Amino acid sequence: MRLFELGERIAKVHESLVTLPELAENTDVRAVLLDIADDPAALKPYLNRLELVVLRFPIFRDGRVFTQARELREYLRFSGEIRAEGHVLPDQAAFLKRCGVDSVVLPDGSDPALWERQLSRFPVAYQRSVLPSRPVGAGLRVEEGT
Amino acid sequence: MSVPVGHYQYDQIDRDFLDARIAEFSEQVARRIDGTLTEDEFKPLRLMNGLYLQLHAYMLRIAIPYGTIDSKQMRMFAYIARRYDRDYGHFTTRQNIQFNWIKLEETPDILRDLARVDMHAIQTSGNCIRNVTSDEFAGAAADELVDPRIHAEILRQWSTLHPEFTFLPRKFKIAISGSPNDRVAARFHDIGILARPGDDGRTVFRIFVGGGLGRTPIIGQEIFDAVPEERLLATLEAIVRVYNAHGRRDNIYKARIKILVQALGIDAYREAVEAELAQMDLEHYRLTPDMVDAIQARFAVPTLSAPGNPAQELANKRRENPEFDLWVRSNTHPHRDAGHIIAVVSLKPAGGIPGDATSAQMDRLADLADEYSFGELRITHLQNIVLGHVRQDRLYDLWTSLKEVDLASANIGLIGDIVACPGLDYCALANARSIPIAQKLGARFGDASLQAEIGALRINISGCINACGHHHAGHIGLLGVDKRGEEFFQITLGGRAENGASIGTILGPALPEDDTVDAIARLVDRYLGMREKGETFLDTLDRLGDAPFKEAAYETV
Ligand code: HEM
Ligand code: SF4
Repeated sequence: MRLFELGERIAKVHESLVTLPELAENTDVRAVLLDIADDPAALKPYLNRLELVVLRFPIFRDGRVFTQARELREYLRFSGEIRAEGHVLPDQAAFLKRCGVDSVVLPDGSDPALWERQLSRFPVAYQRSVLPSRPVGAGLRVEEGT
Repeated sequence: MSVPVGHYQYDQIDRDFLDARIAEFSEQVARRIDGTLTEDEFKPLRLMNGLYLQLHAYMLRIAIPYGTIDSKQMRMFAYIARRYDRDYGHFTTRQNIQFNWIKLEETPDILRDLARVDMHAIQTSGNCIRNVTSDEFAGAAADELVDPRIHAEILRQWSTLHPEFTFLPRKFKIAISGSPNDRVAARFHDIGILARPGDDGRTVFRIFVGGGLGRTPIIGQEIFDAVPEERLLATLEAIVRVYNAHGRRDNIYKARIKILVQALGIDAYREAVEAELAQMDLEHYRLTPDMVDAIQARFAVPTLSAPGNPAQELANKRRENPEFDLWVRSNTHPHRDAGHIIAVVSLKPAGGIPGDATSAQMDRLADLADEYSFGELRITHLQNIVLGHVRQDRLYDLWTSLKEVDLASANIGLIGDIVACPGLDYCALANARSIPIAQKLGARFGDASLQAEIGALRINISGCINACGHHHAGHIGLLGVDKRGEEFFQITLGGRAENGASIGTILGPALPEDDTVDAIARLVDRYLGMREKGETFLDTLDRLGDAPFKEAAYETV
């Protein structure tokens, strides 16, 4: 498994990863794998102990992952690591980062340089995201990052 | 002209962003060519940059945000038509332009040419928030309350490469109008927005969700009556987030927001949106007056001065020249300034292809826009071109110039103003060719005085159930169907997209192309025979129902 970090947070390997239904019984587990159809709000009771939430793309076109990540960061204020895995493209790197995802499990044969390039592709954004930002010029545009 | 009239002026920041997008797309094309990207992976990526694969070639759809361009941009379209296509382009019902004969390897060059005039193809296709459409008479119409293009630009920017909403269950279309007379078909969009002035001097928005045509035509329902400006973006984020999380992804025909709104009911949908808003950091998403004003400042407003008595001069010319008078009657709309008028240039010459324009016509239109309308042009959702601010005493000269290039058809809103999808001539999904029947109908009713006599009547043609030609919303709608390998057309009557939106009802069995043209000619005759004074086709239909029309249409068959 090759991990790619989208931002500052160092990706951490966890020995055990359980699904949402398994989470209640495994009180010592700190990492969970959400199904694409799971509602992140179901994680509420466990947020304090969780260090990693993994979101899984069944196919890169399934954009629910982006909403799950945002709900975790913005509504639930989850401050641990969010990771994406499954069928994901480098072309989605900045979108993931801007929705609060910290790391990606690179699919086989990925070129990390391409992921790197996608992250620094756009100098500005036209809408707010979960990242800290400063306005640039006038209007909606922002520059993101710390 | 430093700041263009009618659309947002880019600065270096916007241009750098566009350059980055082109660099990204060029690499995607290269990765497709070297095989790093599979066709399945490349397809959504090229679509979200406007590149379709059609029956015979690639088609590139270029965004015309809120339908407004300046003369420089129109000249660039002419250049692209000449250099990369077969010397013409096609203006669409979503106010964009399409080039039908594009080579994949040339698209990065085309995009670079477009960027030189601040244009792009971003989000003109794909399962993302599409180019935002608006009122073709925005900023000019006498009946307008708010110029919707400022907020349309805000929506364009907000939706551009939105991190969360670029892989939605299905495409997502937003239209915004600032007039009580709906000219954007607000209730046939995923989100339709009607802007009006609020008590505090800022704009407020009435929002509809869940409208759409396609194979399941549905009229949008009101979700909020008065969203304050500072909550506009937060509200849209919430509406689209609910859709992204819960819209169906197992069946593309059930994936539009309209299906979700129907499944949940509008009240439950509203509650879900309110639940999102309750959890959101509203300050973070606040659209501040400063932001709006800064964007508004990038739009130039025309200086409307028309000394003398322009209205009188126009009246005189109309008396002198009946042909001109006929054109003024159908092809103009009242302007908010008494000395000005809105002129609509028809791209529907009798027997022509609806919405097509040659590079020479585009160049000429650009010149005329410079001469008569502050260099500004608008594309209408009925595939015509508007010059928004013409001095009344110069309208006659404009009309004379239009006649010289065969652009003076007097048929706006009349039976010759036909909307047709690309159909089987271009589209792999089609059952029938939409263009030839449109040409035949256009030729049959080509005479300008006959059209004036028939009055307001819209024909919309789609080559298949996907309804790109909006046949459900046509006063007369034609739908291409396949009968044992032959092209047939099903006729619907009574659709409308304006205020009081409704969906047409099927008249009877489908007919072959030529029989369909004859049937329409007979039912139009029947209407002329039965109408009472002052009645339009729709009035007569509403009064009598479709029985007499059915009888006329199927008389000899
Ligand atoms: C080869 C060309 C085209 C293809 C393959 C195509 C495909 C489709 C499909 C599959 C739908 C149904 C989507 C749905 O409702 O789920 C659709 C709808 C639509 N298309 Fe096209 N289309 C093409 C060209 C055009 C053109 C040229 C226009 C504009 C003139 C257009 C405008 C629309 C509109 C307005 C709808 C209406 C449905 C809605 O948004 O509710 N399309 N198209
Ligand atoms: S209505 Fe059908 S035939 Fe016409 S363009 Fe759309 S998909 Fe193609």
